[in-house]
Amino acid sequence: MATGAPPTRPRGAVRTDRRAERTLGALAAGVLVLVGLMVATVVISAWPSFSANGLSWFAPGGDVVAQFRAMHAGTPLPGHSLLYFRAWPLIWGTLLVTALAVAIALVISTLAAIFLAEFAPQPVRHLLEPVVRLLAGVPSVVYGLIGILALGPFVNNHLISEARRQSVAYVVQLDGADLATATVILAVMITPIMVALIAGALTSVPASWREGSVALGVNRWRTIVRVSLRTARPAIVAATVLATARALGEAIMLAMVSGGRPFAANPLDGITFLFEPVQPLGATIVQEFGGETTGPIASTIYAIAAVLLVSAALLSFAGWAAKQPLKRYGIGV
Amino acid sequence: MASARLAGEPGAPAIAPPPRHRSASWPLVDRLGYWMCWATGIGLCLIAAAIVLFMLVKGISYLRPGLFVESPAPSLHQNQSGGFLDPIVGTLIVTALGTLIAAPAGVALATWLSEYGRPSWLARAVESAIDMIAGAPSIVLAIFGLLIFSRSFVGFLSQSAANGTVTGQSFFAAGIVMAIIALPLVFASTREALAQIPGRMREASFALGKTRATTIRRVLLPSIRPGIAGGVVLGMGRIIGDTAIIVILLGETLKNEAVGRIPLIGTLRGTGSTLTSYVYKNSPAGEGNAPQKAYAAAFVLLMIVLALNALVSRLTGGPNRRGARLLGLSLTARMPWIR
Repeated sequence: MATGAPPTRPRGAVRTDRRAERTLGALAAGVLVLVGLMVATVVISAWPSFSANGLSWFAPGGDVVAQFRAMHAGTPLPGHSLLYFRAWPLIWGTLLVTALAVAIALVISTLAAIFLAEFAPQPVRHLLEPVVRLLAGVPSVVYGLIGILALGPFVNNHLISEARRQSVAYVVQLDGADLATATVILAVMITPIMVALIAGALTSVPASWREGSVALGVNRWRTIVRVSLRTARPAIVAATVLATARALGEAIMLAMVSGGRPFAANPLDGITFLFEPVQPLGATIVQEFGGETTGPIASTIYAIAAVLLVSAALLSFAGWAAKQPLKRYGIGV
Repeated sequence: MASARLAGEPGAPAIAPPPRHRSASWPLVDRLGYWMCWATGIGLCLIAAAIVLFMLVKGISYLRPGLFVESPAPSLHQNQSGGFLDPIVGTLIVTALGTLIAAPAGVALATWLSEYGRPSWLARAVESAIDMIAGAPSIVLAIFGLLIFSRSFVGFLSQSAANGTVTGQSFFAAGIVMAIIALPLVFASTREALAQIPGRMREASFALGKTRATTIRRVLLPSIRPGIAGGVVLGMGRIIGDTAIIVILLGETLKNEAVGRIPLIGTLRGTGSTLTSYVYKNSPAGEGNAPQKAYAAAFVLLMIVLALNALVSRLTGGPNRRGARLLGLSLTARMPWIR
């Protein structure tokens, strides 16, 4: 990092130096302006939708498809304003997909990170690291394509029985574009981030701590669970939070895979629940956007974007806060 | 493996690595955990192999050379709907535009933060701002871009309809917003590389009578060139793979349609498509529904991303330069720089 100030110098050189600092500092301030502008613009543009619906924007109430159709047609639903919108089915879909995917990914990535950091022999590790990087690098549209053309049809043909299809036929059609498919693919998409963060934390646990445990006769698995994993706990929390932010903002893959029908999947349906379609918030933006920049549809879309932006910012902050205890051990910084 | 690295650490006395495969004497639960680790590790490899093989089989069976030189054509039949020349050109334009903006900006920001960083409250605020940009979903950034570029004062960057409304959709708009998502990657790589330069290099330069600005330009930046390049390539990968921004900000057209008569500027002001939006629109989720074309384009996309991945590992000195580093991301990086 920057060390003490350079000694005195001819005036011209100092002036150039100061000018460089000012220019770069101005650019840095520009980033602040950009972020401020982003939050302000999105929230202000979203305001018509929020003010027309109040807090019930987040509440359940009617069919989201009908509400969007009314906005498209310009004829308000009977008894409501044109901006009438109740986002609960979308929010519920987002919460379900995100929570399930993060839960799956947490288990997988903790095990994979332990493997990578502790047990994998050198050749396996050399194979696994590029694999993790590859899984992180695959574009979301490719994941979506695999979901919609391979995994979805597979679920539809082999996992959904006819009886199950009949049992909910009066509310929704099951066709393989569903909660389960979306969750599995989303879990695969966020696993690499979590593996990377957790493995990073595990390998930076001070070696002497583990050696101490091993020297006391504790076997390697218990050492990892009791010493390394416990030390890295803040990193695991941080990884989970950051992966949640990522899952929350995923739009394209979910728009392709999750069925495009804003249906509030009902956990009371038992296993069938997993095969019901959902439509998360991000996917809704992609589905409903048709090029409009003003009008009721646009302000509803802006409102959804504002909700996503605020939640992502809160999660970023939470991830940062969760990582702070690690600084005590001198890990990370 | 852990002990191998321990032994290499300065100050730590060399210790013999503990025998690895002695799990037979462990309690059953411990052994179960150990084997589950192996199972997940191999499972991840299998998933990756399945994805690559599936795309390889589909890609090779639907890809033909003609696809690279034909423009997309509106047709219901997959054998008449043309190729993806325009999307490839579109991907190149967007990537070039985004990288040209993001690379200098990211390097400048990182340099300011780690070499000057005064006043410290501003430095902290800028750091959190970049964290926030890195964490913001790209769909939200796309909506932000739409809001900005549909204002009339930036109408010259896109098209205006007859009644004076600005569409806000153009290569300019998409490229500039892409620069925002690539910025944190360049920033993080540059910053980490700068942090690894030992202080004595700066001191040596100061002792020779160089100012801080000269030191940065002549000593620091040249010595971290591979790190910067790695960040830029990561950013390019992110731009090439992003779909949400393209779907919102590059319009509905599959062909690159120029606005006005000036050759390059006209294209940049016009709408078009990239490989990602081509895949999206030709998948059953889009209007086109031509799965063969979507598979072929997705295969090309995946190959580009894989090539960039390989380039990053080469630039940053292989996957194992520092055990903890993976994805160019460790605890020192404060956000997942990947999307």
